[in-house]
Amino acid sequence: MLRYTVRRLLQLVLVMLVLSFLLFIWLRSLPGGTVSAILGERATPAKRAELNAVLGLDQPVVVQYVKFLGRVLHGNFGSSTAVSPGSTALQVFGDRFPATVELAFGAMLFALVFGIPLGYIAARRRGGWLDNAGMVTSLLGIAVPVFFLAFLLKFIFAVKLGWLPPTGRQAVNIDATRVTGFFVLDGLLTREYDASWDAVKHLILPSITLGTIPFAVIFRITRSSVLEVLNEDFIRTAEAKGLTNRVIRGRHILRNALLPVVTVTGLQVGALLAGAVLTEKVFGYPGLGEATAIAFTQKDYPVLQVLILASAATYVIVNMLVDLSYAVIDPRIRTR
Amino acid sequence: MTNSDILATETGDAGPPRRWGGWRKGRIDGLAASAADDGGVSLWQDAWRRLRITPVFWIGAVIIGLFVILAIIAPWIAPQDPAAQLLIGQTSRARNQIAPAQPGFLLGGDTYGRDLFSRLVLGSRQTLLVGVFATLIGLTGGLILGLLAGAFGGWVDTVVMRIVDVMLSIPSLLLAISIAVLFTNPNLTTVIIAVSVVQIPVFARLLRGQMLAQRDSDHVLAARSLGVRRAPIVFKHMLPNSISPVIVQATLVVATSIIDAAALSFLGLGSQDAGTPEWGQMLGEAQDRIDSHPGLAFWPAGAIVVVSLGFTLLGESLREAIDPKNRR
Repeated sequence: MLRYTVRRLLQLVLVMLVLSFLLFIWLRSLPGGTVSAILGERATPAKRAELNAVLGLDQPVVVQYVKFLGRVLHGNFGSSTAVSPGSTALQVFGDRFPATVELAFGAMLFALVFGIPLGYIAARRRGGWLDNAGMVTSLLGIAVPVFFLAFLLKFIFAVKLGWLPPTGRQAVNIDATRVTGFFVLDGLLTREYDASWDAVKHLILPSITLGTIPFAVIFRITRSSVLEVLNEDFIRTAEAKGLTNRVIRGRHILRNALLPVVTVTGLQVGALLAGAVLTEKVFGYPGLGEATAIAFTQKDYPVLQVLILASAATYVIVNMLVDLSYAVIDPRIRTR
Repeated sequence: MTNSDILATETGDAGPPRRWGGWRKGRIDGLAASAADDGGVSLWQDAWRRLRITPVFWIGAVIIGLFVILAIIAPWIAPQDPAAQLLIGQTSRARNQIAPAQPGFLLGGDTYGRDLFSRLVLGSRQTLLVGVFATLIGLTGGLILGLLAGAFGGWVDTVVMRIVDVMLSIPSLLLAISIAVLFTNPNLTTVIIAVSVVQIPVFARLLRGQMLAQRDSDHVLAARSLGVRRAPIVFKHMLPNSISPVIVQATLVVATSIIDAAALSFLGLGSQDAGTPEWGQMLGEAQDRIDSHPGLAFWPAGAIVVVSLGFTLLGESLREAIDPKNRR
């Protein structure tokens, strides 16, 4: 178990190294280039050469890469140019990270709370109306572009019906105390429950939007996985032994059926980060996704570096946790 | 009695071979055909047998069929020039006005006074191009990587899979955006490239997994012990037996590519070519008018949903049909 964890951590370091190199190459091949960005297109060749020397761009690529890596390891990514000018790229990340974690948590909560029970019921009553409705919904969930769903929900529930706020993370007139940067948690800690509730209301629509694809995937995998387990001999044995439905459901069916669900849930985290870019943009939600959208369209490359490295690290770490959690769910893996 | 007569009686309906050289082949083919009559059917034949009675498959197939026909005959259907600002007189950004539906303009104008219906019809072509070519490029790249990893194993496999891991570690849309911003003039080709690269690791992983399973199978072992060289083993024995799930995945990827391309357009990184309409681009243009004129966004979005649903339905029913668990 320990050896396995260490090996996966080494793998993480390797992936990050390769990624940092790709990131370096990528930054160098962006159209325009650094010198033109600073001096403009019409600078004289002499001026260009001078700035090249100052920035160290005339040195061999390997040297440049090592220097780049040194800066990255010190967390020195430079200052943000567009997302929030004045603060460093790392600060931008720190400010917005809690917002996206809250959103991702909300989305996963939506996906799991609806996906697993509905998938289970759909499998138990295969071919019933709930099964069919669930399959249609999950197919639609995959086929509808995330940003269109966002528009649709915003248009219906925020603009037309006015039940929920259309944009932002918390109403501006609420003077909430900041403790952790997680608005919902902050409200609970400081007993400003209205602030907490307001943050929750801002989270509902974006969470549903972002959670739709994970919901569709989790629903389907739960359904097919439960169907498979239901055919196993040990279920028949359990029924023959006269165990109660509750015990069969909990210990026999769900415990065995949840393994693929956990894998897929982990894999969805990557999709979640991508979906957050679109969702946060539509809902004007000040998280990492919105920062990514702004950074790409307005060429804020310092911020982009941090965001890309961070999302890759998140993805690798989550997948590692998923693999480790297998051992917790399935004792058979532990002994191997 | 000639030799061919003997063969004809032996193999029944296989028919007599015309030439002396084709004899053995004819005989073997005949045997293969007669074996099929005994109940053994190929994977795809068996799949087709189940697909034929699946409504989901037919819904998907009909949607895709209509979509392809629409894309082909689009220039003859579109009543107006999709690039001409024919209704610009009735359109004002300042007063938030958009030309309403009128004779000759079925759905009215768009934000620039162009005929929405014509743009919608002609947009099907770009969407089809994006879906098909992005999938083909992604499939080709994935096949090459997957073949390398699956055929050679060992360190080649390790290197290829690490590349795949790195590509998968960046969320697909983020990777597509990163590639899209590398081009100074975004157009349909650059969008296709950006969207297709993202799919390469998916295909590579799938094919590699299938190939690895094939490596240890009895028929490959038999071929190897008969002294068959690596290339024929890979291309004649392993690849044909591994390709079905990859083809199914390709059907689903068409839908993903279309949606991803639309997302790029929405973020302002799609094709900047105003002359050729594209659904994602139309949706992107409509986004700031969605509160006052939801129709502008509804039509292109609806079109994207229907088409990607078509490909998803087809892919899902194919997946079900070739699943060995469902074989009788």
